[in-house]
Amino acid sequence: MSTQVPESKEQTESEPETKPVSQGKQKRDQKKRERREREAAEAEEQSQKEEAAKLAEDSYHLKVFRYDPEVEGKQEPRFDDFHVPYKQGMTVLDALIYARDEYDSSLTFRHSCRQAICGSDAMFVNGSQKLCCKTQLSDLSEPVRVEPLPHAEVVKDLVVDMEHFYDQMEAVEPYFQTNDLPEGELEEQRQTRENREKVKMSTRCIWCGACMSSCNIAAGNNDYLGPAAINKAYRFAMDEREGEEMKQHRLEIIERENGVWRCQTQFSCTEVCPKDIPLTEHIQELKREAVKNNLKFW
Amino acid sequence: MYEHDVIVVGAGGAGLRAAIAAQEEGADVAIVSKLHPVRSHTGAAEGGINAALREGDSWESHAYDTMKGSDYLGDAPAIETLAQDSPEEVIQLEHWGMAFSRDDDGRVSQRPFGGLSFPRTTYAGAETGHQLLHTMYEQLVKRGIEVYDEWYVSNLAVSDEENPEERTCHGVVAYDIQSGEVEGFRARKGVVLATGGLGQVYDHTTNAVANTGDGVAMAYRAGVPIEDMEFIQFHPTTLPSTGVLITEGVRGEGGILYNSEGERFMFEHGYANNAGELASRDVVSRAELTEVNEGRGIEDEYVHLDMRHLGEERIVDRLENIVHLSEDFEGVDPLEAPMPVKPGQHYAMGGVETDENGETCVSGLYAAGECACASVHGSNRLGGNALPELIVFGARAGHHAAGRDLGEAKIETGKRGEYEVGEVDTPVSPGEVGLGSPSGDAVADGGEKAADGGAVAATGEEIVQRALDRERARVDRLLNTDGVNHSEIRSDVQQSMTRYVNVFREEGGLKEALRDIREARERYQEVGVSDPSRTFNTDLIHTIETRNILDLAEAITLGALARDEFRGAHWRKEHQERKDDSWLKHTMLSWNDGEPELWFRPVILEGEGKTYEPKVRSY
Repeated sequence: MSTQVPESKEQTESEPETKPVSQGKQKRDQKKRERREREAAEAEEQSQKEEAAKLAEDSYHLKVFRYDPEVEGKQEPRFDDFHVPYKQGMTVLDALIYARDEYDSSLTFRHSCRQAICGSDAMFVNGSQKLCCKTQLSDLSEPVRVEPLPHAEVVKDLVVDMEHFYDQMEAVEPYFQTNDLPEGELEEQRQTRENREKVKMSTRCIWCGACMSSCNIAAGNNDYLGPAAINKAYRFAMDEREGEEMKQHRLEIIERENGVWRCQTQFSCTEVCPKDIPLTEHIQELKREAVKNNLKFW
Repeated sequence: MYEHDVIVVGAGGAGLRAAIAAQEEGADVAIVSKLHPVRSHTGAAEGGINAALREGDSWESHAYDTMKGSDYLGDAPAIETLAQDSPEEVIQLEHWGMAFSRDDDGRVSQRPFGGLSFPRTTYAGAETGHQLLHTMYEQLVKRGIEVYDEWYVSNLAVSDEENPEERTCHGVVAYDIQSGEVEGFRARKGVVLATGGLGQVYDHTTNAVANTGDGVAMAYRAGVPIEDMEFIQFHPTTLPSTGVLITEGVRGEGGILYNSEGERFMFEHGYANNAGELASRDVVSRAELTEVNEGRGIEDEYVHLDMRHLGEERIVDRLENIVHLSEDFEGVDPLEAPMPVKPGQHYAMGGVETDENGETCVSGLYAAGECACASVHGSNRLGGNALPELIVFGARAGHHAAGRDLGEAKIETGKRGEYEVGEVDTPVSPGEVGLGSPSGDAVADGGEKAADGGAVAATGEEIVQRALDRERARVDRLLNTDGVNHSEIRSDVQQSMTRYVNVFREEGGLKEALRDIREARERYQEVGVSDPSRTFNTDLIHTIETRNILDLAEAITLGALARDEFRGAHWRKEHQERKDDSWLKHTMLSWNDGEPELWFRPVILEGEGKTYEPKVRSY
């Protein structure tokens, strides 16, 4: 790289390509031919790769749900088979990434942090809601079936529409509300260690949607707030810093027709939660609080 | 075309704080983000937020530690701003309900962190970032701030005066991931870039897959200088198989590093005789790799981090999620056995050049958080200083973009005032391979001549429309071209960077990396998207991101080659000393007509009441 003194930089005027059209077209055609050949070779190489992986003992067989409303041939949902070479510690997400990068770049799924905190890769793996990035292949029986989260509209392949989930979260006023801030802007509100401990598990929710997807009640009743949103309400209702008055307000919200009383304590949400939040317990505790506060039931 | 006063790009900590701040000023603000906000990578931050909150501590002490940690490559006005504003910002988070860990008296807890002279790292277990991200998102919901989530911003709409300092940013162009529609977003007052890190330039990183440095690359190509790109922080404790981060909090709480001989090498081999495991990150990373290189590593790859002696109760209280991370991603129960750890790419100290108010040299364009370089971290970031940076500079950028007068900045941006022209000997010419593919059916190049001089008088709307037209054409071309798959180009560059531009750097390797990048650029001319669908086309997004990775990989390597000294995280085999006489200056790169131009700007060591004198950095 050469150095540039600011003023001395020559203004390179654009140099338009003035090659004759025919020459350009010839070149393009040649490129296209080359590309087609290369693609054919690559496709061949890929199928060989997959064939080799299938034969190898240490490979995993995945059956992956496919659907694309726009692409002919994918509008009818189907399962695609992928054989992925196994490496120690490989997760379902690693396998999906491998399949996408090596075999089919149109395979579509959400993922980002790879460490169970962004919550974007919850899917239905061998019949249960899991976070793919923290699910070891070695814990699963083959073929590993990977499907989008049930009870949500599929956008494409493994991606579902999360709008309804987000709406339910917003319905519980998911933000801290207090009238009791201390004087002085550098003074924090006090909170006992015990109280923080009480809400701690509820604050771990990563909004992955696994619980909502696993809940039979939510599946049959779109208006039910669902475990994630109720847990969010719990997080604030139990935080002593919000004060008694606000707690009443929060209990009123979760006591409405589609709130806590819809829960039938099936524990499926608690079972699938990748962050081990005792969701059912939180819902039950809110029911008890509601009773204690003599609020109306239905 | 959508229109708002302020457009914030990115919805991690800096973006959320910026949006809230802009709204506090009365602006109509919207966030455009390629992820839903709660998916942002800020959520993965573990350790904590530094803020001088307690008696016995002071912002001056925080500033001093930060300057020393930066190895005297931070700019004092930015560092002092960070130290002064963070207490208020942290308490504000508490007032917004953030679930901080608590002391017995009910106040928020603080703990020791590497390179700090006071235990000033405020935290929420080992999931501080998660708590911070969710707390701020909650405020966004409360305020009803509009979010365009899963919209990928692929270019900025900047006017094209010849000098970047005369240009104005009028908005952005983004791609709706769900529908495939490309749209313009006009910003009446300002655009704040808050796009986070660029860890995907490397193949072993703690960063999310989404961290492809989009904001830095877009600003760079729009003419904004990028600063100190060679300074990449490698975190000493990442899990070997995945790069998952094990927080510095483990060492803060008393975790110990051992080599294969069972030696506590930080002391026994004299890497940091006073601070030991709590020396700053660059020191510990080099120590670990030296142990491995000298044959005292485990499986020739990693060392052990042991926290068993802390006792289960304390571990569960303060570091609980570390137990899960180690079990889920490495198969090791850290209550039973030491965790395997090795250094991994963690943080980019460099980024879009801004002043201490978050403003770049292009009018109406701001940047905050990891994508920005107000020059707080210099050549090495202290643990616990990334989160206060998000909130402090996010808030300032948001306020400023919405029109609040923050007073004149002491840091001057752009090629104004004092600067020095630079030179570096490269084996291949860096920059654009050629605008468009030689075959005529050009594919993605993202870069464009910023200064064609033709449309200086265009209105903001016209400039956004022009950027939109270009972007639509680019997306159409990409979707209609079956070419090389981005993933092979991306992984080749990532591997080359990890091999040659890692913790240890030498001239030959850096040049090798530049050759690899050049080759990747050539192949990128033929890149194409095989998924023809407009619906949720991740193939397309990754292809556009890969272009950003190429530009940033090159910038990092050029900076590393130019800086022939050893400072902070930047170690050079041939140059084993810090050279204050010649290198108390920032490495700057400007993108001029598709070619990087190197220049330097002096470091500002004069603070509010004192001048920071460079001292030997020992711990």
